[in-house]
Amino acid sequence: MTTIIQADNLHKSFPTTTAIDHLSFEVLEGEVFGLLGPNGSGKTTLVRLLNGVLTPTSGRAYVFGKDVTTDGSWIRARTGVLTETPSLYERLTAKKNLSFFGRFYGIPDAEIPKRTDEMLSLMHLSDRADEPVGGFSKGMKQRLAIARALMHDPPILFLDEPTSGLDPESSRQVEDIIQELASDEQKTIFLCTHNLSQAERLCSKVAMLNTGKILAQGSIQELSRRLFSAIPVEMEFLHEPSPAVIQAVRNTKGATVDSVEGTTILFHVTDKELIPSIIRAVIQEGGDLFRIAPQDYSLEEIYFTVQRQGGMTV
Amino acid sequence: MNFRIIRALAEKDIEDALHNPINIYGALIISFIFAILIPVLITQTPSFDPNFTGQEAFDEIEALIPPPLVSLIDTLTPEALFIVIILGYLIAPLFLVIPLMISCIIASEAFVGEKERKTLEPLLYTPATDTELFLGKIAAAMIPGIVYTWMNFLIFALIVNIAGLPIMGSFWFPTMNWIVMMIFLVPVISLLGVSVTIIISTRVKTFMEAYQATGILVLLVVGLMIAQSVGLLFLSPGVTVLVSLVVLVVDALLIKIGIKIFSRSEQITRV
Repeated sequence: MTTIIQADNLHKSFPTTTAIDHLSFEVLEGEVFGLLGPNGSGKTTLVRLLNGVLTPTSGRAYVFGKDVTTDGSWIRARTGVLTETPSLYERLTAKKNLSFFGRFYGIPDAEIPKRTDEMLSLMHLSDRADEPVGGFSKGMKQRLAIARALMHDPPILFLDEPTSGLDPESSRQVEDIIQELASDEQKTIFLCTHNLSQAERLCSKVAMLNTGKILAQGSIQELSRRLFSAIPVEMEFLHEPSPAVIQAVRNTKGATVDSVEGTTILFHVTDKELIPSIIRAVIQEGGDLFRIAPQDYSLEEIYFTVQRQGGMTV
Repeated sequence: MNFRIIRALAEKDIEDALHNPINIYGALIISFIFAILIPVLITQTPSFDPNFTGQEAFDEIEALIPPPLVSLIDTLTPEALFIVIILGYLIAPLFLVIPLMISCIIASEAFVGEKERKTLEPLLYTPATDTELFLGKIAAAMIPGIVYTWMNFLIFALIVNIAGLPIMGSFWFPTMNWIVMMIFLVPVISLLGVSVTIIISTRVKTFMEAYQATGILVLLVVGLMIAQSVGLLFLSPGVTVLVSLVVLVVDALLIKIGIKIFSRSEQITRV
């Protein structure tokens, strides 16, 4: 897959603080890349740097192979950015808000009404198209702001806290839209969030940021494997397993039984490759295996472990 | 330079300003005072006052007649002279309040109001260059100020001529100094309002603060009026062009500073 965003030792400091501290990472085409971190960790600054809105103090960053320092305008013509607040013109109608930005992105005048209608329909806002935005709910404003970011059909979207301040229903609507954009329209999505469950649902790769530094990055499975030496497994039988069955698990090198609770054996393995041989061994001992479930570590467990350790080898 | 972007931004800022009732009412009050009330009062003063004699009129305005206009004393009746001196000359600088106020209101909205309402950030993420954004906002603030002043000038001219017809006997307005003022001084004064607002925009947080701070510019207009009234300066067509050039130089210096202030990376840290 093609590299869409590449940062090499990117650094941004202000007179009194360092916002981005020598970051290096890359985002591939079609990925939903989650940038996780608490408020003030540097997520918004990074979005600004990658769009050429801020100039790096040192280091380089490239979007579509173009340098963010010198080709900002070219890059911004191909990115869509959802800012942390919807930032809409509240006195103007939904249609006017979109058509205004359409002109900025070079959409021909004749095509703007059609594109505006398409975007409003995609965000389920067609029936409110001619109303001033000031009367919209938070969720509607957020959907309209996403429509604005999509007006020029950019191949990459930067979404900064897209569900911040939304009620659960509106949050789910926005998440569904993000999922559709990634899966149906193959957009590359750069998602800044401190909502870990949201990142777990949406992201194919994450980077954990704190005080401007990347503490860890990779897919959730990769991070889990690198962070934790063992994979917890839950093995359930139709009837209570015999001692021979439990012993068969214990005898497997690399497997450690944690507990036996009724019909369930909880154990962990150092490598998931061991699981098929454990299954064969317990069946051989007459175990009536009903269900086996390797337990994934949640992003929340990974995140807090990384934060506690102050990072891992990225 | 992408003129479509500049035009789009200017049109949006103007439309946004037109949706604010305070701006509309403010503009209508200005029009009523400057384009209607003042000419009606001045043209009707000689007729309303039963004791208004030619000699009294002359005595009242004698001190106000600028030296270049002394020759008019022999050619006009005292009533006509009163109207010509006041409306044709002395009131002229006061009309500059219109482009100044309108440009300051819209520039405050465009530069400070946009930050206050947090709508600037998405604009900074568009492909528009810093210069295009800056020019779009300047056009948005300047053009309505100039056009609105010209519209008021037309109404003013109509009222001056029609209401003053019984005394003047013919349509005599506008005078050359008014025409020169409209063509040269109004645009540069409008630009002055915008450029001062840009500088002020870095120091204030709200639209109202910005607008109030630019109120100091009205002193400039008052200064011109006083200077003309006491005979220090007479805004003849030549002097008006000269004053316009001086204001233009000041505008250019302020705009140069403004371009520096309006850089994208400066603006994004203030949103």
